[in-house]
Amino acid sequence: MGSVGKIILQRLALGALTLVIVSFVIFAAVNALPGDFAAAILGQGATEEAKTAIRADIGLDRPFFERYFTWLGSILTGDLGVSYAQMMFATNLGGDQLISITDQIGPRFFNTMFLAGLTAVIAVPLSLTIGVLAALYRGSVFDRVANVTTLSSISAPEFFLAYVLILFLAVINPLFPVIALPEDGMSLIERARITMLPALTLTLVVTAHMMRMTRAAILNLLASPYIEMARLKGVSPMRVIVVHALPNALAPIINVIALNLAYLITGVVVVEVVFVYPGIGQLFVDAVKNRDIPMVQVCCLIFAAAYILLNLTADVMSILSNPRLRHPK
Amino acid sequence: MSQFTRRGLMKTSAAAGVLAATGMPASAAGHGPKRGGTLRLGIAGANTSDSWDGRTHSDSFMIMMAHGTVFDCLTEVKANGELVGELAESWEASADAKTWTFNLRKGVTFHNGKAFGADDVIESLQMHVAEGAKSAAKPIVAAISEMKKMGDHQVQFTLAAGNADFPFLMSDYHILMYPAGMIDEAIAKGIGTGLYKVDSFDPGVKAVLTRVDSHYKDGEAGWFDGVEAIAINDSSARMNALMTGQVDAVNRVDFKTEPLMKANPNVEIFEVTGNQHFTFPMLTNTAPFDNVNVRKALKYGVNRQEMVDKILQGHGKVGNDHPIGPANQYFAADLPQLEYDLDKAKFYMKEAGLTSLDVSLSASDAAFSGAVDAAQLYQASAKGAGININVVQEPADGYWSNVWLKKPWCACYWSGRATEDWMFSTAYESGVPWNDTSWENARFQELLLSGRAELDSDKRRSIYGEMQAIMSEEGGTIVPMYANYVDANSTKLAHGPDIGNLWQMDSSRITERWWFK
Repeated sequence: MGSVGKIILQRLALGALTLVIVSFVIFAAVNALPGDFAAAILGQGATEEAKTAIRADIGLDRPFFERYFTWLGSILTGDLGVSYAQMMFATNLGGDQLISITDQIGPRFFNTMFLAGLTAVIAVPLSLTIGVLAALYRGSVFDRVANVTTLSSISAPEFFLAYVLILFLAVINPLFPVIALPEDGMSLIERARITMLPALTLTLVVTAHMMRMTRAAILNLLASPYIEMARLKGVSPMRVIVVHALPNALAPIINVIALNLAYLITGVVVVEVVFVYPGIGQLFVDAVKNRDIPMVQVCCLIFAAAYILLNLTADVMSILSNPRLRHPK
Repeated sequence: MSQFTRRGLMKTSAAAGVLAATGMPASAAGHGPKRGGTLRLGIAGANTSDSWDGRTHSDSFMIMMAHGTVFDCLTEVKANGELVGELAESWEASADAKTWTFNLRKGVTFHNGKAFGADDVIESLQMHVAEGAKSAAKPIVAAISEMKKMGDHQVQFTLAAGNADFPFLMSDYHILMYPAGMIDEAIAKGIGTGLYKVDSFDPGVKAVLTRVDSHYKDGEAGWFDGVEAIAINDSSARMNALMTGQVDAVNRVDFKTEPLMKANPNVEIFEVTGNQHFTFPMLTNTAPFDNVNVRKALKYGVNRQEMVDKILQGHGKVGNDHPIGPANQYFAADLPQLEYDLDKAKFYMKEAGLTSLDVSLSASDAAFSGAVDAAQLYQASAKGAGININVVQEPADGYWSNVWLKKPWCACYWSGRATEDWMFSTAYESGVPWNDTSWENARFQELLLSGRAELDSDKRRSIYGEMQAIMSEEGGTIVPMYANYVDANSTKLAHGPDIGNLWQMDSSRITERWWFK
């Protein structure tokens, strides 16, 4: 197991480096966008005087590299900083009742994770089951229906799926609320109920990918000699797939699941907007719109970290699921 | 001299027609208002950068939650257009309209128990001109040269120059009354004198408010036990929330889904024409727009009615190339309407010594929804007069800093102002920063200054009438249309006979004025 530990450490170090590069690219990209925070927040009402005042207040008038390294320095000491919008209020107020980015992102991060978690709990078992069954009954009506349904749902735009679900599960049969706005002190079940429509929408989006990978990975193995051997000795088809084929197909499946989970954390802005769900996505879009660089940076770091950590987990699990990889020659 | 009466929209026959068509209950006043229920609102125009700082308010959510809900202003424009006192009880002006004495309401307390008085007024106004403050109401307050406390409940303002509209300006939604000495805390927590106090506020997400136990508006306004305002920026989500009964009222109805909403028996649409207008300003100091005949040719080359029909889908009124709207006091309804007339356009082209004209019109949907389409309609309609408009589609990002005020001709919108002087001096006074047509006209400027200090209502009407005529005839901006405020509510809600038209949702005072049947 020592080699696994070494791999984890190596990958974490690489991940940290990736985060730094990502943060620099994002910083440069947001700076390259037309207009800055001062122009964006003042909108039509911007005068040169007001813009200069805001820029001086939040330090936008300082050179690019100085701003970047100041920000990087404070991040490395664990201080996520304060968004430009909050800083602007501070100078308006003359006080220091600032809400830090940590305070702003905290509850939204929890919401995003809750939605991703709920979706994963529904989507992962569902797509594995459908995938295995589709492999088992390859070419049957079930296989075709499963393929066509999941492919159509992944091809349709998310907002369209959301509206279809709203129509059937909220308007015609009022089972779930159309506004998924969690409140403090809600019980877990109540929270799951109001988050159900966005979770189901996302389930429709991610199922196809995972289900088809499960099916393909298993089918790929079914041609192998050891499967033929199992069949010849009279093992039932279900047992062939679940006991003999599935463990060897796990590596690609885990990778696809990790990718989809990362997507659930980073790519659900549209679903958040349609269901008015207060996750990070909405905050991120607002921040980009306002050119609120500190906020954009923190959101991007969270997104990048989600990808890196989930990929790492996937790799580690692939290795663990494959004894040959655990003992490299 | 304590109250101005304004001609509200509701009194015009056109408006009555709109109301009849939208099925507004004429008998609403018959059932008296009653207390009870929690009003749930789905509001577009919320941002994660929102706060209770009135100086930063510019979008619907905070405008609706702040003035008339959690906070109060000194004065208030009623739904029928009449100006009444809110935290001020009465006011008096000196003959030159320079000195204004406001008598404040007694016995009013903030949500934290502090009594309201003259000090609060002075400090709440001063915060707009404090060093480093970026307040949209700065010009209003900067015009006050002295604020004097005459007693616990009396304040005297001395203005640098006479301004007959001063009490009107005090109804501005930015100028909220905060408790003196604790303004920072009041902004952080939302402590005002309004009908509702803040239970919780999550910027860009939700505000939950409860009715205060006793209030000076008791029996006149504030009928709900509580208010729950949910930020729903996506228009389909907002309409869905109303259709499924998760909220009781929504703002900014999507014109495309409006017919579907009308078909729902539990939903009512309410629509008013206010001062919000869309414009195509040209820089009148830049060729070819410095030639008045070119401007006139362009004025006759646009089909205004077509734009109202196609861009606003009928939810608006044609404009007359001046920024004064039907919600203004001295709106010149008798001014000849500019018509689409290619012969006249050709005539003015000839006067300008041109047979054909090539101009670029910069547009982006950042200016207003449908601006690019409107520019293309303009292009098509003006072609017949030999005017070739090249529509330049600009990026929405940075539109206000890179295009507006910079490109010679572009698309723009104005939400309008409550008074003529305020509107003119914001965008058409010589030398002001937002003069988006570089408009310089000696007669216009003279009228603007004389109208400001004039207290006589008839004289002001003729002054502002002439100013509107000048702009309509020779001005540098094309105002093709006024856009209606279109909102929707559940039929469980009821309201008074008039609906305010200064802003969306009954001048953004739905929480104060409406009730459950």
